[in-house]
Amino acid sequence: MAKLVDRPKADLVIRSYIPEVLRGLRVTSRHFWVNFLTRKNVVTIEYPEEKYPYPPRFRGQHRLMKREDDSVRCVACFLCATACPADCITIKAGERSDKNEKYPVSFEIDYIRCIFCGMCEEACPCDAIRLDSGDHKLPGYTREEEVLQKEDLLAKGGLSIAKQGGILQ
Amino acid sequence: MDWMFMLIALLKVLVVLVVFVLMLGAVLTWVERRMSALIQDRLGPNRAQIGNVRAWGLLHPIADMFKAFTKEDFVPAGANRMLFFLAPAIALASTLACFAVIPFGPGEHFTIAPLDSGMLFIIAIGSFGIYGVALGGWASNNNFGLLGALRGAAQLVSYEVTMGLNLVGVFAVFGTMSLSQLVLGQGELLWGWLPKWGVVVQPVGFVLFLIASMAENKRAPFDLPEGESEIIGYFAEFSAMRFATFFLTEFVEIVLIAAIAATVFFGGWQIPWLDPQGVAGGFITVAQIGFFVFKIIALCWLQMLIRWTLPRFRYDQLMNLGWKVLLPLSLANIVVTAIVLALS
Ligand code: SF4
Ligand code: SF4
Repeated sequence: MAKLVDRPKADLVIRSYIPEVLRGLRVTSRHFWVNFLTRKNVVTIEYPEEKYPYPPRFRGQHRLMKREDDSVRCVACFLCATACPADCITIKAGERSDKNEKYPVSFEIDYIRCIFCGMCEEACPCDAIRLDSGDHKLPGYTREEEVLQKEDLLAKGGLSIAKQGGILQ
Repeated sequence: MDWMFMLIALLKVLVVLVVFVLMLGAVLTWVERRMSALIQDRLGPNRAQIGNVRAWGLLHPIADMFKAFTKEDFVPAGANRMLFFLAPAIALASTLACFAVIPFGPGEHFTIAPLDSGMLFIIAIGSFGIYGVALGGWASNNNFGLLGALRGAAQLVSYEVTMGLNLVGVFAVFGTMSLSQLVLGQGELLWGWLPKWGVVVQPVGFVLFLIASMAENKRAPFDLPEGESEIIGYFAEFSAMRFATFFLTEFVEIVLIAAIAATVFFGGWQIPWLDPQGVAGGFITVAQIGFFVFKIIALCWLQMLIRWTLPRFRYDQLMNLGWKVLLPLSLANIVVTAIVLALS
């Protein structure tokens, strides 16, 4: 059923605009002077000098984790590269001499393609790749700059003492 | 017309237009962005810097200028090149020409061209600006540009009438059309304490004039010819320096409106309650010019505040306001003024 909406006719004071316009001007000029003199209400964060803290679950630039002996945790199983929907991880595998394991000879992530979905992190059985560096890849001028190598990713990496290969061994 | 006269006139033009008006216009493009930001609790552009000098972003107009000069100067296919080239120039030139008759200080030296009918000159030359709008839209061979030009032409014609009529009241009160005479007339005090400014004797005239001239300036809440935020309007096809010229014209017009309003309604260079005899001659002149500039800046600020406060009118509301509200009100204002003047 149609509902009758009450639409009161505006009186002459309102229709003359003037008082309402003056009220609007009061609001804007108050904001102007307060911010001009004290910057009290300004919410701007002046980015490069001042950064907004990212939330703890922020997915930023990848890092490759290390074992206790400082070697890379990654066993070059290619699960992350397979899981990656953007197809941006390129791994070349090699044999480790000290253990019966593989390791990545090279490990590239192409940040032009990466969508920071975190699938690689979830797929990894070794807690070797994480997106929790809390930082994001800085923009660059060339395409080459946007592809990070194993060394770059390891530089941000930290120690992980999770059991290699998960709980089942 | 000897060369000395020409030289002095040229010098005045240089000082007033290049040093004061264009500078202020360019700075206003930055002020507008900073001010809108502060009103909206932001900071606005403050990063342009040369070396380590940042000056709160005051260098942004310079950066903008470099940007405008280095961009591609695009002329659309089928455009009328001649008119396309002329339109921004007409818009800017006609606005700048109006400053010729503004008295910046006491005496003839501070006016570029002291005319007896200065105000008529401003109204006549100022309405040339409409050609910039109309030709710009027409020459760009773009439907949206043409529609914007149509809206602009209709709006400017409508509000020109109100703008002119509201000055009539002031002319009647002071009995002159010469701007310097007007300013001299406003130096008196009413009842010994109230400065006899135009805004005091013609308050309704001032409000109507301000509304009409802001509509002439084509800025929000009357920015229908352009509709910067979405429809662009008559300068849709203009880029690079041509666009920058239109853009600068807008800000020069703000200065012009402020200058006219300060001269006609706020006593020009007069400093109320100050006895000119008491202070040394040179100093008082400087103070008066400074006070005039201060009035101009304050009025520019007011216009920007209004621009960032009010939303845009709909086109029919704009026409209704112009023809059905402002025009009758300004006519009534003239009639009342005439009656009061005849009685007193
Ligand atoms: S975050 Fe997503 S897109 Fe980026 S590398 Fe990992 S799986 Fe690929
Ligand atoms: S899933 Fe983990 S262990 Fe496997 S290749 Fe990727 S990073 Fe290395």
